[in-house]
Amino acid sequence: MKRAGFATRWLPILLLLPQLAIIALFFYWPAAHAVQSSFYLEDPFGFGSSFVGFDNYTHLAGNSEYGRIAQFTLLFTVLVTFFSLALALLLAVKADNVIRGAKMYRTLLMWVYAVAPPVAGFIGLLMFNQNWGPLAELAKSFGWDFKLGVNFGDTATAMVLVSVWKQVPVNFIFFLSGLQSIPKSVREAALIDARSSFRRFWDVTFPLLAPTGFFLLIINITYALFDTFGVVDVLVKGEPGNNPMTLVYKVYVDGFRGNDIGGSSAQSVILMVLVLALTIFQFRLVERRIHYT
Amino acid sequence: MTDTTQLAIVKRPLRWGRVLDHLVLILGALFMLIPLLMVLQTTTTTDLETIKNGPELVIGDQFDDNFMSAMFQASGFSGENTGIQMLINSLILGIGFALGKIAIGMMAAYALVYFRLRFATFAFWLIFTTLLLPLEVRILPSYEIAQKLGLLNTYTGLIVPLIASATATFFFRQFFRSVPEELVEAARIDGAGPVKFFIDILVPLSQTMIAAMFIIMFVFGWNQYLWPTMVTTEEGMYTLVRGIKQLTQDLEGTNIPKYGRANMLALIAILPPVLVVIFFQSWFVKGLTESDK
Repeated sequence: MKRAGFATRWLPILLLLPQLAIIALFFYWPAAHAVQSSFYLEDPFGFGSSFVGFDNYTHLAGNSEYGRIAQFTLLFTVLVTFFSLALALLLAVKADNVIRGAKMYRTLLMWVYAVAPPVAGFIGLLMFNQNWGPLAELAKSFGWDFKLGVNFGDTATAMVLVSVWKQVPVNFIFFLSGLQSIPKSVREAALIDARSSFRRFWDVTFPLLAPTGFFLLIINITYALFDTFGVVDVLVKGEPGNNPMTLVYKVYVDGFRGNDIGGSSAQSVILMVLVLALTIFQFRLVERRIHYT
Repeated sequence: MTDTTQLAIVKRPLRWGRVLDHLVLILGALFMLIPLLMVLQTTTTTDLETIKNGPELVIGDQFDDNFMSAMFQASGFSGENTGIQMLINSLILGIGFALGKIAIGMMAAYALVYFRLRFATFAFWLIFTTLLLPLEVRILPSYEIAQKLGLLNTYTGLIVPLIASATATFFFRQFFRSVPEELVEAARIDGAGPVKFFIDILVPLSQTMIAAMFIIMFVFGWNQYLWPTMVTTEEGMYTLVRGIKQLTQDLEGTNIPKYGRANMLALIAILPPVLVVIFFQSWFVKGLTESDK
């Protein structure tokens, strides 16, 4: 609030109305409804629903398939987050070093930001095409018969690779802007204090990038959990079968295809709690950001 | 220590480092670029050639044919989802989403920053909370509401539910708070009302911010997949990104897969957002790194 605001009564309400109306209708109502239907068992033929308490949740807890998917999602998230952060950090440090061609490199390393996840998945399908895909050929030359969509491990490998490819640019942009905001005086001081660039990186640059890194960590976990939906959907060609899938994909498969509204809603609620916890954790981090300057 | 001695010390070990820097950056750029080049190459050859030899280093002469069949042939039964129709739908989604989000966000941010409102804090928290839960976790109930309101297969249904989050509102709130107080005071002394102040002073002042937001939101809207998949079932309403899954099913058929056409459509789905990001790079990077922090 500005000190010198306007005193008009009706105008601000009018200005806020569209925003509030849309979030009430398409945010609060659906979120509340998801929580509510997670306690009900819906008749698949549409003949009403009955209250079942926590049954949908206990079902999930005892469901070995759900456990497997949760495990895979965890592994997938760790791998995608680690590799896309590490690769982006390496590239950002190098891009920050060079002067010649700096702008060119920046462009070449960030354009993938604008590629939609399912389109990235589609390109993955081509790269791993059984008959002529360049990456499948490459794998074959090492004696690895890559079978996308058939072999669980192969499909999972492709999912991780495509998701990393798609996520590196975002991390790169943030790391680079973080690096460029390190004051020149600090860099020069470091240059005098530490001769080896390796030491300079770990002792000076890396700690200074820590706030950006923590912020990106959360962004990447959220990405791997939710935004990779398109990658997963296209790579398994819409046929889950015994292919790997993530928790969000399972919500979609059970709710939209399997018509298990209650079970799907319970899964939604679990994800909501997860993402809420992550976000609150993030805000607390931002609040007392780790600062060395 | 004079400048020359310092240079002599620093220069030697740096030179090899520079070569390594460039090498890493070139490898990174190739990692990003090669998949796109492969898609590009296969759009210039016949499908038979692609199946026989896979992607090659030669540019073929089938670009026109593939382009025409991508733009003017439909893949489904209805014959409505031609490339040109999907392109139009994608543009409507991207631009409509970006404009809607900016308009609603600016209005709400203006109300929150410049007016004395009794329930301002409450409204702020209501809007703020929407940042916590992504659409993916409340997808089924959102779909049910869109269905009840008769919004399936309409542009309104495609765009409006996606606007139900507050990213733009926060971005503009941050910016408005950084605008000097004296401007409002001066405007009030000159007799400008809140509407005039908003349109004649605040909007022109926010031009760069609006541009940055527009680019980010356009890319975000264009790349939406899950929501369009659920809410559009008529092929005439498909966006390019939503149509991707149908392309993958085309490639599975018993006939000769139409790689040229499918890859051309993927290319058309990639290019507009990528070009926007490349051409308006500095705005885009500024908007991205400042809005998310």
